[in-house]
Amino acid sequence: MEKENKAKEGIKGWINPTKYGKFGIERFAWILMRITGLGLLAYFIGHIYETSHILDGKAVWNASLELTQTTEGHIFLALVIGMCVFHTGNGIRLMLGQMGYGLGKPGRPDYPYKPQSLNMKGKACIYATIGLAALAMWYGMAVMFG
Amino acid sequence: MSNISQEISQEKSETVLSPSKSIKLRISRSNPEAGTEEKFDEFVIPVEKYTTVLDAILNVKSHLDHSVAVRYSCRQASCGSCGMKINGKPKLACFTKVSELDTDTITVEPMDNFPIVRDLAVNFTRMFNNHKKVMPYVVRDDSEITPGTGVKEILQTPEDVDKYIQFSSCIKCGLCNSACPTMAMDTSFVGPQALAQAYRYIADTRDKGKNNRLKIIDESHGIWRCHFAGSCSQVCPKGVDPAMGIQLLRSYLLGLRD
Repeated sequence: MEKENKAKEGIKGWINPTKYGKFGIERFAWILMRITGLGLLAYFIGHIYETSHILDGKAVWNASLELTQTTEGHIFLALVIGMCVFHTGNGIRLMLGQMGYGLGKPGRPDYPYKPQSLNMKGKACIYATIGLAALAMWYGMAVMFG
Repeated sequence: MSNISQEISQEKSETVLSPSKSIKLRISRSNPEAGTEEKFDEFVIPVEKYTTVLDAILNVKSHLDHSVAVRYSCRQASCGSCGMKINGKPKLACFTKVSELDTDTITVEPMDNFPIVRDLAVNFTRMFNNHKKVMPYVVRDDSEITPGTGVKEILQTPEDVDKYIQFSSCIKCGLCNSACPTMAMDTSFVGPQALAQAYRYIADTRDKGKNNRLKIIDESHGIWRCHFAGSCSQVCPKGVDPAMGIQLLRSYLLGLRD
């Protein structure tokens, strides 16, 4: 009777940092997509909680707004901007891929086999999206820290 | 005269015919049936320029420890039996030269996301079941050629063949399923191997089973669990590119392709 001990890697298969050097930028974009998705979900819940303070009167509302006016608050908001931009840009890349665009055409593979679906167009999109997210974070910080 | 022959003899014995060096091979040892925990046994073995990782393991098995469990057959990347993690990445042991790894220590482990039978051998039952599930054959009411029935050969253009030929190179080695991050979390996921085979037959102009296959993969643990990490295509030793097949399958389901 075989144990199911190694039937799946579990969460290690996602977060093991050694994987990202071995499986390329696409795998890095994949984990970043997961992390930013979870981050934005947490922000969404926190945002609903924060804005619900408007029902508790002006003083409570102003106090909750003050939380975002601190250095930590600005850094947090800059991270949210970065997560938004990356998640949106990479999401568009993935949707186009799922519709069959930018994958190349199936054909007769020649050795050494280079997967067409992991082509330079896709890699360039990932790098551009990371760059855009960094740029947006930098701009947001410049505005918030004035 | 005798001195000369002694010199020649000595020269021959010292002549290096093929430069060799030694490497340390770390082999993962475990036996879930006996309840033993995973441990690594280390062996120092000689290797040459063209020694493959499978050769190195078989060297250990022949000379140092007969009990190492490894599955292999063709030794030429055709049978798909010797898939394992080599220095952390799923590869075929017979298709990976020690010299290309560029290290003096090689660690071999069983593939992730498969139940371990013993040491480096894993159980393929789930993968084969998923493979069968997607109907990996041409579905037609009529047979291709039946003598006396007047049924003719079904012709395909080279362009028709190009649409699926790369996906028919799959040797069912399981490296793609091992590398897949979705397989790491969801044991019910049909997996990149089976999905690529579903595409292979759907893209075949002779096949009439498209609608049935799309129904099979369009379920909660089916095609939509793939998030295009691309690791399956990174590790495929035959250039199948399962990630491309999966995305093209989705375009069928989205109605963007006939």
